[in-house]
Amino acid sequence: MLAIDVRNIVKSFGDFTAVKGISFQVASGEIFGLLGPNGAGKSTLIRMLTTLLPPTQGTALINGFDVAKQADSVREVIGVIPQAMTSDLELSVEENLLIYAKLYGVPRDKRKRLIDELLQSVELTQWRDKQVRNLSGGMRRRVEIARGLVHEPKIFFLDEPTTGLDPVSRVHVWEMLQRIKAERDLTVLITTHYMDEADKLCDRIAIVDHGQLMALDSPMKLKASVPGKNVLEASFAAPPSDWAEMLRGLPYVEEVTGHDHVFRVATGNGPATTMAVLQTAAARGVAVESLAVQSTTLDDVFVHYTGRALRDTLQAPSPTDHSFMIRRQ
Amino acid sequence: MHRTLAIIEREMRRFRRSPMLIVMSMMMPIVQLVVLGYAFGGNVKHLKVAVVDQDHGVPAVRVRELAGAVASGNHTFDLVEYADPGVALTDLRNGVVNGVLTIPPDFSRRVIGRNQPKVALIADNTDSFVSATLSATVAQLVGSYNQPAESSVRIPGQATLDLVEIYPYVPYVQYLLPGSITMSIFMMVMIGGGIIFIDDKARGLHEGYLVTPIRKFELIAGFNISGTIRAVIAGAFLMVIGSLIAGVPNPLDPMRLLRLLTVITITSFALISMMFLIMVRITDPLLPRAVFGVLNTVLYFPSGAVYPQQGFPRWMQLIAAVDPFTYAVHAFKSLLLKNTGFEAIAYDLGFLVVFSIICMGGATALFRRSL
Repeated sequence: MLAIDVRNIVKSFGDFTAVKGISFQVASGEIFGLLGPNGAGKSTLIRMLTTLLPPTQGTALINGFDVAKQADSVREVIGVIPQAMTSDLELSVEENLLIYAKLYGVPRDKRKRLIDELLQSVELTQWRDKQVRNLSGGMRRRVEIARGLVHEPKIFFLDEPTTGLDPVSRVHVWEMLQRIKAERDLTVLITTHYMDEADKLCDRIAIVDHGQLMALDSPMKLKASVPGKNVLEASFAAPPSDWAEMLRGLPYVEEVTGHDHVFRVATGNGPATTMAVLQTAAARGVAVESLAVQSTTLDDVFVHYTGRALRDTLQAPSPTDHSFMIRRQ
Repeated sequence: MHRTLAIIEREMRRFRRSPMLIVMSMMMPIVQLVVLGYAFGGNVKHLKVAVVDQDHGVPAVRVRELAGAVASGNHTFDLVEYADPGVALTDLRNGVVNGVLTIPPDFSRRVIGRNQPKVALIADNTDSFVSATLSATVAQLVGSYNQPAESSVRIPGQATLDLVEIYPYVPYVQYLLPGSITMSIFMMVMIGGGIIFIDDKARGLHEGYLVTPIRKFELIAGFNISGTIRAVIAGAFLMVIGSLIAGVPNPLDPMRLLRLLTVITITSFALISMMFLIMVRITDPLLPRAVFGVLNTVLYFPSGAVYPQQGFPRWMQLIAAVDPFTYAVHAFKSLLLKNTGFEAIAYDLGFLVVFSIICMGGATALFRRSL
């Protein structure tokens, strides 16, 4: 049975269409990543899947329940970590979990056991009596992860769970998510800006841009789908005007992009192309200022599918966004 | 129901962890009660009156004796003797004295000659309350002077008025107390039901609720009941402390306390229900702060808390008729100032209950289950 089945879903806010007919399926037990630049429509999509926004068109089935017609049944089987930190700062770690256990109708005899287990999983047992306001950002995120799992959901939605965390806290959250996922029969849908995070965590990744699905596959296949196994990034002192054309003619080169004197060369054979670039530069009397070779990463995949343009454009405001509020993007 | 209880529990725990909020919301109405109560409620005393006696005859001495009797009796004013009327007037203009009582040089001669004797009071009328008090007291003084010695002998056919008051004298501070209790409830409702509710919404906290299976009515009921509990605590606190400060007779009478608590509870529920109806579609956290300033004025002053509604223009009486403060203040006045039973406040309670049902129903209907 599919955990998530999204069929041609659309969301419009007046004249602005944030999500333009996206379809995908997520199998039970899968960790599914949703990548995209700011304003791509990720959060709108996840809000529709978690019943926070009604779709304008199309359907989405969560564990077989329609998000529009069977919203309460959907809510019973999902756990959600919204983009904003939504724990009650005045309450203790345990109280936050307790209140949500009651909101989800977890029977009294199960509450304590579940909370104890979860606090242990997120390594917050020793902080259970502390007010959330006294915890670090990473610890607060772990509280929210525990809170989202307090009713033993089947599907877990995380909207940019590691944004704003320091690298150590991020790694901690990844490890914790992987452990929890292994312990429980969970399907996870996660949105993130961090490509390394998606690469390590996700079984499959969907890249969304301008409200459309640009690519969907495993991280390995996505990386293979972009030109070149390796990327050379080199800068040259005063290269001639036909230098890009020159580089394109070298062995194994699949794509050359660049501007001024910095060039990015996608190649099927990094070492061979590197040698050829150095020899050609020496022969033409062009000095190499710097040269770096790297394997294709999800960053390259992301840039390949979404482009390099900055997204400093206006977007439809979220119903809860306000000018004075600082919300994490 | 267990979800509603969870909301109530969450709100009460947060409330308990914010002691400054509790203190501030309770202190404000007390400060208002004390400051306004004593600013408007006391009898004016110890005004400075300059006496300029330019006559020094026996009738003039009698006028000064009567003025001296007022000064040493009810202390409405204290006398300051002046020889020079010019200096007295300068001091009046400079605010050294509040009025100048002048006995002109021909006063005794006119008294003896029955030729319209006059004394003059020059008062600083920039303070109408003070000048009214002075002129009334001096007019009374002149009246006493005109009474013949045998005035105690009743003259048949001349009517006299005996004023009988059914209740003991009500100081203004007691008169203000019902409005202050209502205001303390409203303050807690504004903070807990308005500002915190909208701030939580803006911070995204409500997203956490909305992804749970809680129903609209359960959520609204949870917020309303927890808000009511907080407002009852604030109202009860002010009711007890305010009664002691204002000198309400027998303030801890159990039956009266029970009736007052009933009114406080119903008023709290009515006001929090109204607040959620107003706030249910608002998302901008700045808006409640602006709305509350207006609401304060629109609800408090037309309610009869500080001035009788019979003196209002028609439009303000219409506001008063739908203003829940009106019924709360009336009920509190009945219980605190007249010590009546439930029969005197049944209409007030009925209005507040119906008002609550309408507001809560409206809020539930308008509440959006999604973002």
